[in-house]
Amino acid sequence: MADQKLLLLLGTRKGVFIASSDAARQNWSLAGPFCETWPVNHVIADPTTGTIYAGGGNAWFGPAVWKSTDLGASWTHSSAGLAYAQGETPINTVWSLAAGHGALYAGVEPAGLFRSDDEGATWTHIDGLQNHPSRPRWQPGGAGLILHGIIPHPEDAAKLWVMISAVGVFFSGDGGTSWEARNRGSRADFLPDPAPEFGQCVHCVVLAANMPERLYQQSHTGMYRSDDAGQNWHSIEAGLPSSFGFPAAAHPRDPDTLYLLPLNGDTVGRYVPDAAAAVWRTRDAGVSWQALRAGLPQQNAYFGVLRQAMATDRLTPAGVYFGTTGGAVYGSADEGESWACIAQHLPAITSVETLLV
Amino acid sequence: MSDAVTVVLPAALLALFPGAVRRLEIDAGTVRDAIDALDARWPGMRDRLCDSRPAIRRHINVFVAGERATLRTRLPPGVEIFVMTAVSGG
Repeated sequence: MADQKLLLLLGTRKGVFIASSDAARQNWSLAGPFCETWPVNHVIADPTTGTIYAGGGNAWFGPAVWKSTDLGASWTHSSAGLAYAQGETPINTVWSLAAGHGALYAGVEPAGLFRSDDEGATWTHIDGLQNHPSRPRWQPGGAGLILHGIIPHPEDAAKLWVMISAVGVFFSGDGGTSWEARNRGSRADFLPDPAPEFGQCVHCVVLAANMPERLYQQSHTGMYRSDDAGQNWHSIEAGLPSSFGFPAAAHPRDPDTLYLLPLNGDTVGRYVPDAAAAVWRTRDAGVSWQALRAGLPQQNAYFGVLRQAMATDRLTPAGVYFGTTGGAVYGSADEGESWACIAQHLPAITSVETLLV
Repeated sequence: MSDAVTVVLPAALLALFPGAVRRLEIDAGTVRDAIDALDARWPGMRDRLCDSRPAIRRHINVFVAGERATLRTRLPPGVEIFVMTAVSGG
């Protein structure tokens, strides 16, 4: 469609930026910073309304979810109800957002899940997650005890998955009242028991297109696929340059196509292997992998890519995008075959999402 | 007797609440009362200044007559309250 516009929603350590282009995705303009340069961990759009939400937290003013109903031109914020009970450790920041079935979800640090049924004006704590019997034994990862991923089931409003570091994947089939850990098959090599019920350091989980029982996972210790809604995970890391990385992005239509961005390892700098950037793509659900490097820096690239900082768009061919800890954004308009730098010199990129309008 | 006190707000806070003013007079007997009055005028302002313990946020300073205050600090009539953002960040 000639009049379609694609927005890249960029969360950064110093505010929200929005890059925009037409459907050709060759020329981009950048707007921002928005949200008063607050540190923002995740920016999403509700595709049914076009409303943009940004979750983060400010060292002075605490956590909030920002909202724009005019594609970023103006913003409001709220944290009404986004709080634990008096006496408990206060919420530090909002880490992840998700929209689905008319609801908006927010994951926070310390790990917990909140829901809004009025487009972010007010929030309610889904306390079933914190009532899980494992809660007293949850241990934080490097970024704290964060709920960093939320996946509403695309068809069933009662089902959702959340991801917590370093606790693992949890699933609810009843709207958040009860939860079960879904980590079987994913390793926790840093624990005495490498196969516990929970305690895995999940980094990112994405849902495959058109297969709501298929999930892909990048964890601290490997890459996995589940074909049974997370009940069992199987390694798909053979053929990749390392087992460590943060982001994952699913193709918008092909459930067998996944994009990862492996880093060199957790103890050796956490940048792209050999300081040469590559996105790795599978077309067969993780059986084989292809390095995609054309247009990406191949020397002296000492950046990482954070867990929410890679995304695909819904155009044909699909676009793929990632933002770096060094403040650059790279994009491909041809499913990863070739890349170009869309923006640079931004603050560290925490999240990348797309919105087609 | 009026309990009017003067509150001075930081610019970074004003930016979050359209229409908020830097300096205003309100009736309040404690810092908690003063923040409640601010929240009534600009809904959501309490959440920006206080956390859920509840307490003044760690990087927000409230000074009453030149001394750092807590939510319980009593306000003499006519006193000036300075709400300030701490030197923090990066």
